[in-house]
Amino acid sequence: MTPKLSAQVGPYFGQFGGRFVPEPLIAALDELDATYQAARKDESFTNELAQLHLEYTGRPSIITEAKRFAAQFGDIRVFLKREDLNHTGSHKINNVMGQALLAKRMGKKRIIAETGAGQHGVASATAAAYFGLDCVVYMGEVDTERQALNVARMKLLGAEVVAVTTGSRTLKDAINEALRDWVANVDSTHYLLGTVAGPHPFPTMVRDFHSVIGKESKEQMLALTGRLPDAIAACVGGGSNAIGIFHAFLDDEAVQLWGFEAAGDGIDTPHHAATLNRGVPGVLHGAMSYMLQDADGQTSESHSISAGLDYPGVGPEHSWLKDLGRANYFGITDAQAMDAMKLMSQTEGIIPAIETAHALAGMEHLSKVLPKGAHVLVNLSGRGDKDMETAGRYFGLI
Amino acid sequence: MSKVETILRQNRDSGRGTLVGYFPAGYPTLDDSVAAFVAMAKNGCDILEVGVPYSDPVMDGLVIQQATEKALANGFRLSETFEVIRKVREQVDTPMLVMSYWNPVLRYGVDNFAQALEDSGAQGMITPDLIPDEGASWIDAATKRDLDHVFLVAPSSSDARVKANSAASQGFVYSVSTMGITGERANLDQLARQVVGKVKDLGTAPTCVGVGISSAEQVREVNSYADGAIVGTAFVKAYESGGLEGLTEKTRELARGLG
Repeated sequence: MTPKLSAQVGPYFGQFGGRFVPEPLIAALDELDATYQAARKDESFTNELAQLHLEYTGRPSIITEAKRFAAQFGDIRVFLKREDLNHTGSHKINNVMGQALLAKRMGKKRIIAETGAGQHGVASATAAAYFGLDCVVYMGEVDTERQALNVARMKLLGAEVVAVTTGSRTLKDAINEALRDWVANVDSTHYLLGTVAGPHPFPTMVRDFHSVIGKESKEQMLALTGRLPDAIAACVGGGSNAIGIFHAFLDDEAVQLWGFEAAGDGIDTPHHAATLNRGVPGVLHGAMSYMLQDADGQTSESHSISAGLDYPGVGPEHSWLKDLGRANYFGITDAQAMDAMKLMSQTEGIIPAIETAHALAGMEHLSKVLPKGAHVLVNLSGRGDKDMETAGRYFGLI
Repeated sequence: MSKVETILRQNRDSGRGTLVGYFPAGYPTLDDSVAAFVAMAKNGCDILEVGVPYSDPVMDGLVIQQATEKALANGFRLSETFEVIRKVREQVDTPMLVMSYWNPVLRYGVDNFAQALEDSGAQGMITPDLIPDEGASWIDAATKRDLDHVFLVAPSSSDARVKANSAASQGFVYSVSTMGITGERANLDQLARQVVGKVKDLGTAPTCVGVGISSAEQVREVNSYADGAIVGTAFVKAYESGGLEGLTEKTRELARGLG
């Protein structure tokens, strides 16, 4: 019998994954892995997390059918998994509450996090406030400028925000800086990595914490439509919201899985973040995965109007799913994403994050490749309030 | 026995101790870095560590980050690492180990990279973000050519990992002095002695201590319990502020910490 795809756990996903980090970090990764393995089998942990999600996160998140939006794409039905309605406004809180509980179990009083769009930084600062932990968030200087409102939110929540001024001054460099902090402070500090990238156990653990999205969706879609959706769509930067909604459906072969990555100015220009479409396998931030790099193995700078997708790497499980042919990955340009953001806002009264808008823009392609009447479940991973300055300038509203 | 290991053992037995000097290849330009390595070799460094500039150096502090960024901005290409080694080799016999993050090696092709190391006259490589658990391809390629393969041990490493990483290393074992990235430290941790002690107890490979060493006194202290002291940031800083002369002066100063 073929092993189930959903049963795959790290350190490796095929040739991808692993732990390509300096030796000083290995003890911390071992400790985290052991703590997580014990916790996931411990009912007191899983019950506590479930209770937190019920009373604090606001789970389960609802599903909304986007009828007026779908009508723009012909004969398909579009269902939105409303992760934007979670506390802090995105899916990121699912992982953060899980890891903060683990930090407590390990007796660590300080958490550090990286953030691109600021969603993970805000979620981390929120969890730190809730659990009474110190919190430092590393954020590329470029991103602190385009996400100034989220910087203010993190500070109000009591976190220290460090603007990273090295390298390309974006998410990739924020992760480097967080890793450097972790090497130096590993005894007191948990690195609360915000996506399904990085060294084992992060890709598996972060996926597991987000897999609640897919589990809920499956039941909700069965109750709502009496069957599984024909396709699932999500945006992919590091890939956490996508793997979160994909995971429960990995072994349902009839359900197509679609990840939409940032094609920036266009997938054939030098300015994009389409790692799975244009990258080659390599090692970045501790894992083997597809990544954008030059002929010398130097990481290439990515580009996207969306800070959260502006990352030249991707989680190893996505690389594995791509090579297996189980998931499809498709590029969406800045302009297509912004059009979709506006369309969703004006047809449904839901302002999506620009990251999420990439998945919504994917409906045009899906409406062409899926059968008539197809049901598409989209992970509406975050709300767009944080993007109002970018959107305001883009659309000439401010 | 590898050339590097032979030197470390001779210097320990003679009571001199060993100074290992790091500098980034291509910083600020290819020829400048060649001159820097030659100056370091002629003024007291027993072993040279040729750093490969990389876009995401997670183990390095700001001084080395900025230097390697500058080398890249000045157009450094990976293959120039071997050109630097060849040019230094024409002038001095000092053993050279490349220090490279893993992705450039992977992209070049692990076996091709090992061959280029051998062809250029380098003795082997230190891999800061490659643990032996993930390093089978490199260990094979290096072993085939009798190249040194130096892995790290850290104060946080379990006894089992110290043992495994030491066993997997050839040339020496790189003992990370402190929990942190490269850069100068006023006080070297007691941790350095502990981690070195663990490696020494195994009685297999020699071990050098790196991270945080910047004074002759520290070079002397480290050599009193380990087989060598590795210095990087202090050399890069000396070069930044005083050019080749400043680097030469710093090398002489640190070499005064040797017996």
